[in-house]
Amino acid sequence: MAEKKSSVGKVLTESQLWKSVFRHDYKDTPRNRALQILSNVFLHLHPAKVRRHGCRVRFTWCMGGISFLLFLVTVVTGVVLMYYYRPTGEYAYADMKYLMFDVPFGPLMRNMHRWAAHAMVITVWLHMLRVFLSGSYKPPREFNWVIGVVLLVSTMMLSFTGYLLPWDQLSMWAVTVGTNMARATPLLGHEGPFGPELGMTPRYDARAFLLGASLVGPPALLRFYVLHCIAIPLFAAILMGVHFWRVRKDGGISGPL
Amino acid sequence: MAAEQQAEQHIWTRRDFFSLSGWMGIFAVLGTWTLSMVRFMFPRVLFEPSPLFKAGFPEDYSVGEVSEKFKASQRVWIVRDEEGIYALLAVCTHLGCTPRWLAAENKFKCPCHGSGFTREGVNFEGPAPRPLERLKISRAEDGQILIDKSRKFLWEKGEWSKPEAFLKV
Repeated sequence: MAEKKSSVGKVLTESQLWKSVFRHDYKDTPRNRALQILSNVFLHLHPAKVRRHGCRVRFTWCMGGISFLLFLVTVVTGVVLMYYYRPTGEYAYADMKYLMFDVPFGPLMRNMHRWAAHAMVITVWLHMLRVFLSGSYKPPREFNWVIGVVLLVSTMMLSFTGYLLPWDQLSMWAVTVGTNMARATPLLGHEGPFGPELGMTPRYDARAFLLGASLVGPPALLRFYVLHCIAIPLFAAILMGVHFWRVRKDGGISGPL
Repeated sequence: MAAEQQAEQHIWTRRDFFSLSGWMGIFAVLGTWTLSMVRFMFPRVLFEPSPLFKAGFPEDYSVGEVSEKFKASQRVWIVRDEEGIYALLAVCTHLGCTPRWLAAENKFKCPCHGSGFTREGVNFEGPAPRPLERLKISRAEDGQILIDKSRKFLWEKGEWSKPEAFLKV
């Protein structure tokens, strides 16, 4: 292989700059391939070696990987949308319309964000189904199942908080309904089991935490925006790191039944 | 030997004491900081409209009328029956949408999940678990109807019969 390299490529790949970034060349030996994974901060969460069945689509459905890919799509398109969207009562709806009707590639970015988000909810559920059907929640992977459940809830919370941001009638009433359900939260809702006993009132409970007011209004929009763009993605990303790391530490992708 | 005996006389070693007090300090800081973060999320003042509003004079309403005049601005229906006037809060008791008054069918109907209420506000169809809420109604000094949305009267608590929930005309 080395002889076939053009001189330009050779100068490049043998330069100090290149070698300072990429420690290991393409030598196809088990040791070198493992080193390539281990010396890369992004790849090192991944196992250095994957078993053959772990690459079979019919076994994994690739749902975990697709969920992560869709998460990355929503992160990139979401950050792009943040350049135009202002989470205030006066501007939110108009900015959404601006993105859809004037900003170049605005509809592409918004629709990619929207469809990737919808698809992610579906793939996360299918991933859970696959893990259940293949018994991959069993020891030693119980803890990773628990992390997965928290990630599922995070995905749905991302979906729910994002739903308010277009700030139209559909989002207003959907979130009115959704946040009214929070009244019935056990312990933390003023109409939920043991809520009143713990001192929850309409003014101080889980619903008031979400809304920052007594009804869905500008304070709720701002809170949902912060939860949607910063708090939940950060929380989910950290848990995703742990989730992938644990797949490796718990013995790689589980074997066929 | 002497040192061992000395160590046994104390419950904690010097190291245990400093370790424990160090951790207690860290968790005390983290704990109070978390509590203050929770409290931070509940502001003392909410910038919301006054719950009091004047709804015109009783003569403005004809007997048998369900007025939607203040629905868009105040989310309140004014209902006039033979004996007087009461104010219904236009918030569905299921999950908080705004029902619509369907005069032809003589009922309030919620567009979200289909709850139906009679003109008195009693739920009779759909998922709503209890009747609509009535509001405090009185006469202002200038003779107008004064409605206080911060004081609610719930049927299930037997409060509809209280004098403040109904304005005799």
